[in-house]
Amino acid sequence: MLHEIISAGFGGQGVLLVGQTLAYAGMLEGKEVSWYPSYGPEMRGGTANCTTVISTGPIGSPVVSNPTALVAMNQPSLEKFLPTVKPGGVVVYDQSLVSSNPALLRSDVKMIGVEAQQIAARLGNSKVANIILLGALVKAAEPVSLTAVQEALKMVLPVRRHNLLPLNYAALARGAEIVA
Amino acid sequence: MSAGRERLVAGYPESLTEQAFHYCPGCTHGIAHRLVAEALDALGLRERTIGVASVGCSVFAYNYFNCDMQQAAHGRAPAVATGIKRVLPDAVVFTYQGDGDLASIGTAEIVHAAARGENITVIFINNTNYGMTGGQMAPTTLIGQKTTTTPLGRVAENNGYPIRMAEMLATLDGPAYIARVSLHNAQAVVQAGRSIKKAFQAQLERAGFSMVEVLSTCPTNWGMTPVKALEHLEKVVAEYYRVGVLVDRTKEVAG
Amino acid sequence: MERRLMKGNEAIGEAAIAAGCRYFFGYPITPQNELPEYMARRLPEVGGVYLQAESEVSAINMVYGAAGAGARVMTSSSSPGISLKQEGLSYIAGAELPCVVVNMVRGGPGLGGIQPAQSDYFQATKGGGHGDYHLLVLAPASVQELVNLVREAFDLADKYRNPVMILGDGVLGQMMEPVTIADPVPVASLPAKPWATTGAQDRPANLINSLYIDPLELSAHNAKLIAKYERMAREELRFERYCADDAEILLVAYGITARICRTVVDLGRQAGLKLGLFRPISLFPFPYAPLADLIAEVGVNKVICVEMSAGQLVEDVRLAVEGRVPTVLYGYPGGVVPLPAEILSRIKGEGGANGVRRS
Ligand SMILES: Cc1ncc(C[n+]2csc(CCOP(=O)(O)OP(=O)(O)O)c2C)c(N)n1
Ligand code: SF4
Repeated sequence: MLHEIISAGFGGQGVLLVGQTLAYAGMLEGKEVSWYPSYGPEMRGGTANCTTVISTGPIGSPVVSNPTALVAMNQPSLEKFLPTVKPGGVVVYDQSLVSSNPALLRSDVKMIGVEAQQIAARLGNSKVANIILLGALVKAAEPVSLTAVQEALKMVLPVRRHNLLPLNYAALARGAEIVA
Repeated sequence: MSAGRERLVAGYPESLTEQAFHYCPGCTHGIAHRLVAEALDALGLRERTIGVASVGCSVFAYNYFNCDMQQAAHGRAPAVATGIKRVLPDAVVFTYQGDGDLASIGTAEIVHAAARGENITVIFINNTNYGMTGGQMAPTTLIGQKTTTTPLGRVAENNGYPIRMAEMLATLDGPAYIARVSLHNAQAVVQAGRSIKKAFQAQLERAGFSMVEVLSTCPTNWGMTPVKALEHLEKVVAEYYRVGVLVDRTKEVAG
Repeated sequence: MERRLMKGNEAIGEAAIAAGCRYFFGYPITPQNELPEYMARRLPEVGGVYLQAESEVSAINMVYGAAGAGARVMTSSSSPGISLKQEGLSYIAGAELPCVVVNMVRGGPGLGGIQPAQSDYFQATKGGGHGDYHLLVLAPASVQELVNLVREAFDLADKYRNPVMILGDGVLGQMMEPVTIADPVPVASLPAKPWATTGAQDRPANLINSLYIDPLELSAHNAKLIAKYERMAREELRFERYCADDAEILLVAYGITARICRTVVDLGRQAGLKLGLFRPISLFPFPYAPLADLIAEVGVNKVICVEMSAGQLVEDVRLAVEGRVPTVLYGYPGGVVPLPAEILSRIKGEGGANGVRRS
């Protein structure tokens, strides 16, 4: 089993956290994991991305040419990474931030558009849009279990933010529900 | 002992080895060494002292000081001393640096050691030129002074102005004790010895950074006899670089 | 033992502390800032000292002083800062002081960039500063190996009284992987250093020095250093072979590039290509003989050296191969991290060239 997941969007949207949570969850399940973020000036207001690899065997390259899954939180990220996704892969994207340009769709991958911003607003905190997308991804691509992700969130969120865990769990569940 | 007719007025400091100095005849580096050694002896510090030799005529200082020594790269002695002091806070750590070493290539190191209030003692020998490499201009070279790289004398338009390091460092909050002394005559030497001892006492009090700038002669490169060089030191050099205590934040004064 | 997900840079810090390192002298530069920041947080908790120096020049000289005073001490930087440390490293090697220096390499020359590179290979392995000397250079390829080699680096530094460099890159420093860190060594149990300058109480004075003004003395000192490097070449060769036993095409790569090449080997084998990988872990001493033996022993008919630089590692590879089989360079300088598919298509002859990046 080898999952290679790219998570991309604007800096500040929490795309790095999506990848880190997946990495923690994989580790908790006893798998091999690696997480590699983009770094540098592009992160200040620009686009950020990270690559998470989850595998039952030793991990070779922590950077990947053709991811098995993509979480895209903005249009430039979808444009950049969609063409690289492996046929049969999973693409979860924030519909409200991506204009539904038909050229941006592929029929050989599973495309899942989520109104993450709106759902997050309804949950009372637009910051959890990333966790909604994470829920959808985990349900659709199953790199790790939802329970492991819940545990991982406890490790990713600093202890002083643990009052936000119920909100994050709700966001995770809403994301998962969207994927039939 | 008091009954004896002979009285020892000046012994050989325990903190000096018996190795003969390699300095030129009449050079005051030797006197400065002796003053440092006497201060270490007087305070009983030899066995807990680590000295840092720099690059310049005093590069072989490690052959003369009878204590643990490290030899540092040109200008870096304050950084090396910082490393030692952070590992051994109870040890006494000093650097012995020339004016090319401290005021030119090592400016960053000395300024920041002083600004940090690094609890070390710096003996700064200002002889207004680069002695070891043959008498080139130093940052401390006086306007008009001839050196091998200012053959017509230092000209401000071309070479800028001399740096008064003691005054410059005295603007910082880190130093506990900064003084300038001169070695031009016996009285001045006695005063210099007191200041050097005081600087080590500041370190023992953990008061912070201490430095004594020692105005020194370089008869060889100044092209003077030793006696003439001492006169020049008093009349010309010490005119521009005024002796005195620039900073004293030690307990004795505060209390 | 507990598995923790850690960033490479932070894992180095924890591994160093576990190895008994209590002193760290740093200066900010991307992409290694997480290490000094971690040390600034952690060292005071274990009774150690973190100090931000005024420059890399000062930081390495603080390391000189601290190492001379007998402590386990570390500094880190990235390429431009490592250039500034070369003076100090030469003095440290000359004065035979043990310490560990980390270089998280970024693209150059000059200010270059901040993305991962391997273009400091020559500087790291061939001396770097002035004079006849070498650092012992270790190149990990995963965060766990980073942790293990940092621990070993301190022991090797003490064993040889020589500076040891951990040569990483931006990827290794920034990436997170699960690690287990071995139990800390009690500082009190570390081997004594009777040569250190700690105060000449009840013993003759000690001296830390690299100056030998008499050429005969200096050449004797050089001979002693050379003997040390020869001993390293006998005792400290480290390397890994992957799918090499029946390889027809042998990739040679170190550090993160070797990880990428591991995936290339897997992909290539799925496509019917008999690829193998030789990964030097000690870059100085370089495993010349193990590489030469491998080529002689297995029917390798081509060697491909893959590096994130414009042809540095390849020189040592060619010294090992001695012209027995064609050796080509896949060089990716400038902060470009080659992706596995890109390398594989080049092996298949589908394009790609040195120094040219994908769009
Ligand atoms: C990096 C470096 N640059 C230059 C030198 C050459 N050098 C040796 S001593 C010296 C000048 C020392 O002058 P100063 O500090 O004034 O001490 P003095 O010899 O006058 O006592 C120089 C430039 C060196 N050793 N290292
Ligand atoms: S050159 Fe000058 S400073 Fe150096 S030993 Fe001779 S007199 Fe002293």
